[in-house]
Amino acid sequence: MAGQTISEKILSAKSGKSAFAGDVVVCPVDCALGTDGSTPMAIDYFEAMGGARVLNPGSIVFALDHYAPAPSRHTAQLHQRMRHFAAAHGILLWDVGEGIGHQLVVETGRALPGGLAVGADSHAVMYGALNAFATGIGSSDLAAIFISGKIWLRVPESIRVTLTGQLPAGVYPKDIALALAKQLGADGAAYRALEFCGLPESPGATALDLEDRLVLSNLSVEMGAKNGIFAADEKTFAYLNGAEGDPQTPDADARYCREIEMDLDGLTPQIALPHSVDRVVEIGESPATAVQMVYLGTCTGGRVRDYRQALAVLKAGGGVAPGVQLVVAPASRTVLETLARDGTLAEFIAMGAVIGTPGCGSCCGTCGSIPGDNVNVISTANRNFKGRMGNGAASIYLASPASCAAAAVRGVIADPREFLR
Amino acid sequence: MRFRARVFGDDINTDYIIASRRKRDSLDPQVLRQYLFEEIAPQFAAGIQAEDAIVAGKNFGCGSAMEVAVTAVLGAGIRAVLARSFSRTYYRNAVNNGLLPVICDTSRIHEGDRLRIAGGEVYNETTAETIVAEPLPQIMRAIIEAGGLVPYFRQHGDFPG
Repeated sequence: MAGQTISEKILSAKSGKSAFAGDVVVCPVDCALGTDGSTPMAIDYFEAMGGARVLNPGSIVFALDHYAPAPSRHTAQLHQRMRHFAAAHGILLWDVGEGIGHQLVVETGRALPGGLAVGADSHAVMYGALNAFATGIGSSDLAAIFISGKIWLRVPESIRVTLTGQLPAGVYPKDIALALAKQLGADGAAYRALEFCGLPESPGATALDLEDRLVLSNLSVEMGAKNGIFAADEKTFAYLNGAEGDPQTPDADARYCREIEMDLDGLTPQIALPHSVDRVVEIGESPATAVQMVYLGTCTGGRVRDYRQALAVLKAGGGVAPGVQLVVAPASRTVLETLARDGTLAEFIAMGAVIGTPGCGSCCGTCGSIPGDNVNVISTANRNFKGRMGNGAASIYLASPASCAAAAVRGVIADPREFLR
Repeated sequence: MRFRARVFGDDINTDYIIASRRKRDSLDPQVLRQYLFEEIAPQFAAGIQAEDAIVAGKNFGCGSAMEVAVTAVLGAGIRAVLARSFSRTYYRNAVNNGLLPVICDTSRIHEGDRLRIAGGEVYNETTAETIVAEPLPQIMRAIIEAGGLVPYFRQHGDFPG
């Protein structure tokens, strides 16, 4: 039998038949997330499909994260509808303030190595960092999972991304992802899996901590990828407090449709210019653009280490420049609690930061801080489409937490390495 | 099926199809249809006619997985989207709602061209050109033929296998 990629192995194990790229398989789902952005429609589909009973409520979780807290009566009612549905069917619901569903899925160990975890939200690809086959689905797919516990999937071809070397000081996983987006383009991995690996003599990708792998898996969808997956290792099991799942590794003779190699030693800080994620330049080549809002948060850049990296730059630079609004919106309550305990939060508050509710915040303009006309925002988020943060007359730049902090210090886009010498 | 081409470029993301903030106020396709493409083509929504089909370049529907980006298009009476490629979630959502996604070379289709779609081919009546479309996998064809995942599930109650 021909060799298989990680994605082919997981979908073979789940579907019970030998599956290769291009095959369509039907698989039972281990974990499915619905958000307040997608679940109300899923409930509509469920009812229209004639659904009465949720087959496997223990495998489903809901998160009230896109409208947290509800900015209007209509969205408050969407929340009410989800709370009632969750209670009626025995589904776990993370209420407003608990955080972003994706972050909670990984924090609570619901996406395991070798598992099939989906989310009715595109950034569900993030769980691939834990060796799960993880991908985004729609509301109708979620409704079909309520009823049948299953999903159909086309097995993706895989692009092998071999990362070697070590990130230099001031350069972060976000910079790897942006450099990849530049190389691949916004659709360079469309319908395909990104499989991240290192080499035995230069571990690269495998030397990255879990929080860093999450960033790469999360951003894989911005290159069009169906999923972005890593092999599991000791770091994976440690992150999962010893839970092992059913880890899958690629065969030596697995087939890849493309090979990409990147040496991390030579990487520099990157920035995505408005209004697309693949419009990437080295931060040193970016025009000296004034920024009025700096956003630290989202499922890409709202974890504890992101805030510590940003704070280090802010402290080294002497705080936030006049005229810059700094917004801190942690990815989860657990992140917020950790920042509160170790003093990081107090330092942000002392610098004048606006503290947002753990959740998706203003990343997609559904609530939180909306930028004004002609405002330049630099953000740790994953998307910078025109209008994304709720105002089409604003411009969004994407960069690492340290690069965002450097811009907060200077009031213009700046290289974070200046503050880390 | 006959259509009139309404042409867009590459990488049209779901926020451009319908802004995330619009679904904050309503999920009703009849409400959302008036905001279709408001950020990039403000005149589009008001000028939609029966038989309009969206014709786009590569990576149509990239970005969010939000299904209103499909239901708002259907709500406007648009039954087909032709593109050189789709983001996979948009493609899935289109199939699941009975919006016909056609993957084909759209580079020689111009605004207003009259199109006929039948049997895996797109015939451009305006330029007298036949364009071959990529075939749909069996399960997707079955869902589209049923009219979407809702009628499919009402009929079958489950997926095959």
